[in-house]
Amino acid sequence: MLRLPETVYLQMVAHCLDGLPLEACGLLAGVPTEDHGDETAAVCYPTANAAASARVYTVEPRDFLRADRDAQGQGLEILSVFHSHTHTDAYPSPTDVAQAPDPGWHYVLVSLRDVVPVVRCYRIVDGNITEEQVVLE
Amino acid sequence: MSVVRVPTVLRAATGGQATVKASGATVGEVFDDLVEQYPSLRPQVLDDDGALHRHLNVFLNDDDIRYIGRLDAKVGDEDTITLMPAVAGGAA
Repeated sequence: MLRLPETVYLQMVAHCLDGLPLEACGLLAGVPTEDHGDETAAVCYPTANAAASARVYTVEPRDFLRADRDAQGQGLEILSVFHSHTHTDAYPSPTDVAQAPDPGWHYVLVSLRDVVPVVRCYRIVDGNITEEQVVLE
Repeated sequence: MSVVRVPTVLRAATGGQATVKASGATVGEVFDDLVEQYPSLRPQVLDDDGALHRHLNVFLNDDDIRYIGRLDAKVGDEDTITLMPAVAGGAA
């Protein structure tokens, strides 16, 4: 389960909308738990999409470094990456699965295909996708 | 000795440690010492030819080593090397 405070949710979705027509991405940080089963994204770090593409994204490494340092300074860790799908469902693509770097992370997809953004969250472990609950707080 | 910051995804190889120490005058030498101390880290940081793994980003203090000589970048004793997984994907 990933808990999203309203401010984090709004910041994340706004960054995805700002990124149109390209895919947008960012990182979420919080206090990690042992099994990552119930975590709260306390801070949102919008990052540049270094791929500058409507079909793929790469979190700008320097933005990742900054986010990681800031999170560490607050006693937090990066727990999650989010990105938008501009014309498809909020479901991980084969590219997302192949390149998922950390089995402990929550992979948040923001679909902008319809008028109202759709936010869903997944765990990706050894290529297996499991949807998990997103709780807005 | 330089400080090497290890991302969560690689910490299984360092016994759960978020920071470890390794010595060397270049990033490549620090990596040699690092993988000697933590052998299971090797396939995750270097490829079969001993080059930097393509899904890993490495910063020497604030600098991405791809722009300052990669594994040949010079390292000082007080420097911090940060390992970060490349984070990518997309609808394609």
